[in-house]
Amino acid sequence: MRTSIGGKSAFFGTGSRSLTPGNRTILFVHGAGFDHSVWVMPARYFARHGFNVIAADLPAHGRSEGPGLDSVEAMADWLAALVIQEGLGPLAAVGHSMGSLVVGALAKQHPQLVDKIVLLGASAPMAVGPPLLEAALDDHPAAFAMANTWSHSTKGRLGSAQNPGLSNFVSGERWLERMTPSTYHADLKACNDFQLSWDKLQVKALIIAGTEDKMTPLRAGMSLAASLTNGQTVILQGSGHAMLSEQPNEVLDALAEFINV
Amino acid sequence: MTDKHRPPPSPGFDTLTLHAGQSPDPTTGARAVPIYQSASFVFPDTDFAAGLFNIERAGHVYSRLSNPTNAVLEERMAALENGVGSIVTASGQAAMHLAIVTLVSAGDHIVSSRSLYGGTHNLLEYTLKRFGIETTFVDPRDTAAFGAAIQPNTKLIFGEILGNPGLEVLPIPALAELAHSHDLPLLVDATFATPYLCQPIEHGADLVMHSATKFLSGHGVVIGGVLVDGGTFDYEASGKFPTMTDPYDGFHDLVFAEEFGPQAFITRARKEGIRDFGACMAPMTAFQILQGIETLPLRMQKHVSNTELLVAFLAAHEMVESISYPGMEEHPDYKLAQSLLPKGAGAVFSFVIKGGRAAGRLFIERLELFSHLANIGDAKSLVIHPASTTHHRMDAKALAAAGVAEGMVRISVGLEDPVDLTADLKQAFRAVKKGIGL
Repeated sequence: MRTSIGGKSAFFGTGSRSLTPGNRTILFVHGAGFDHSVWVMPARYFARHGFNVIAADLPAHGRSEGPGLDSVEAMADWLAALVIQEGLGPLAAVGHSMGSLVVGALAKQHPQLVDKIVLLGASAPMAVGPPLLEAALDDHPAAFAMANTWSHSTKGRLGSAQNPGLSNFVSGERWLERMTPSTYHADLKACNDFQLSWDKLQVKALIIAGTEDKMTPLRAGMSLAASLTNGQTVILQGSGHAMLSEQPNEVLDALAEFINV
Repeated sequence: MTDKHRPPPSPGFDTLTLHAGQSPDPTTGARAVPIYQSASFVFPDTDFAAGLFNIERAGHVYSRLSNPTNAVLEERMAALENGVGSIVTASGQAAMHLAIVTLVSAGDHIVSSRSLYGGTHNLLEYTLKRFGIETTFVDPRDTAAFGAAIQPNTKLIFGEILGNPGLEVLPIPALAELAHSHDLPLLVDATFATPYLCQPIEHGADLVMHSATKFLSGHGVVIGGVLVDGGTFDYEASGKFPTMTDPYDGFHDLVFAEEFGPQAFITRARKEGIRDFGACMAPMTAFQILQGIETLPLRMQKHVSNTELLVAFLAAHEMVESISYPGMEEHPDYKLAQSLLPKGAGAVFSFVIKGGRAAGRLFIERLELFSHLANIGDAKSLVIHPASTTHHRMDAKALAAAGVAEGMVRISVGLEDPVDLTADLKQAFRAVKKGIGL
């Protein structure tokens, strides 16, 4: 669905269904370099179950107009503006990787909008390795190869996808290649710079962590979960950071149970 | 690529031929790919079933749409071609048809190389015309001719990586640039090369199809096809593809480019083309093709080395009028072949025997080790006379345009001892010389 935020064109997916005033709302926030389409399966699931779905393209991602935003806090404010403009909330906010930080920032900066958060592939802080940051800064395609390789488990790189006929590994790289490296670098730097006192958040939270996650390792996700006042965890055995494609059914089951469909 | 920004290593091609798309069966521990000989699959509950039908969950419903054995082959081929996904089909023709009907509708137009497998020529020239889809055929070496043939309603550029039977090398990078400058995708039939010799997507193609019956299988016991989506073409930016960008009333107004990003094409092809036209692959066939792919690198190396030996032998033979193999320096596409097919220009070549049609016919009939049949890419060496078989529906003008001489003999080189193959050719030449008095 197209709209306008701050005079710039913005887009969000709805799971192919119209928004209905009064229905519960779920917000999906993509990771660095991605867009709303990574949420296609959960978006369609929650839309079919009567939720208003907002799977947003952050500025300069997917179908939303640039320029990109250079901090996680600004991304959270932008999403809050979108949600308020659509007359929605309070909502369950679900974020993957960078999106998990944005969800945390949204809960801190706009607590009235958020009643549950789900953090997939999350860690705090979310330090980004210098080789990846430098390659992205230099506008070098190796940045996408690094991020994509480190986002998949060994099994995920070889395949055996739940989704018939799809190569998750190649698809991940194609998604990233749709992004300009400068925007990708801004995303990574925003992750690297973001700080939040997670222990101050009172919102109910779920952390979904993969045992083979190389980008936000399991121990980092568990550490974040332990710091939350009201947190719980689901551990995906064998999953890498790209859990939305490696284990889509397990992710959906965890979301459905926590959000209480 | 500078050392400063070195990407991490990815699994090599040989590793992917064995492992991509499959891990040992979690229930039984089976190391080989199991054959899931089941038409349908049980749903744990009604909501799960609804989720599968509505593309909320991953899994299998019915083997026309997807099957676990087929899915291993599909994912393996996607990995080998560097595509986002693939669909296996009942034949190479079915893969070609699936590619076209996913993008092209009545009133649309295709620009194609004119040097094609006869069955593909039939589809484009005659059958699709009946459904309102027109094709303009051009010289595969003439990129400008492709450009000149593009019309406002053109939706696809197509060619075979090695023309059949002329073995012209398709200028994939130049054609991709041309196609993209017109907001069109490039589809390449890469059957003759296999991804071991050339990965068209790496050179700019957007879609790749194969007859998996050929070198991918290698054993000549099944019929099958594969359609691979590179995920590289931006259908939304193009604005020419309503099947990708408009709500599809055959799936609750789903907009594929909006919902599936780089996987839009392959998702539409599965949710519409395989669902409705139904030209799916049998799981047993997928299993047998997978057995072939596991040895693809080794086989292709031997196919190519045998071919180079036979081509050298024939090029020096007094009864050979001309020979066409892009691995020969004399071939007009030699440099392009070196660029696109550095590991070898395939294992199919053609030559024209002195003495015309009668000599060609006698030569084929006298061969003893080569099998006279309408196929390529078998482990056994094969031979055929195109003018009277694969291209028999073409009139003289069309034959000439496709580069098919009446005395042309096409050979698909197998894996036999090359000494034995050469000896068979020698005795057949002697028989021809004696038989028609050359």
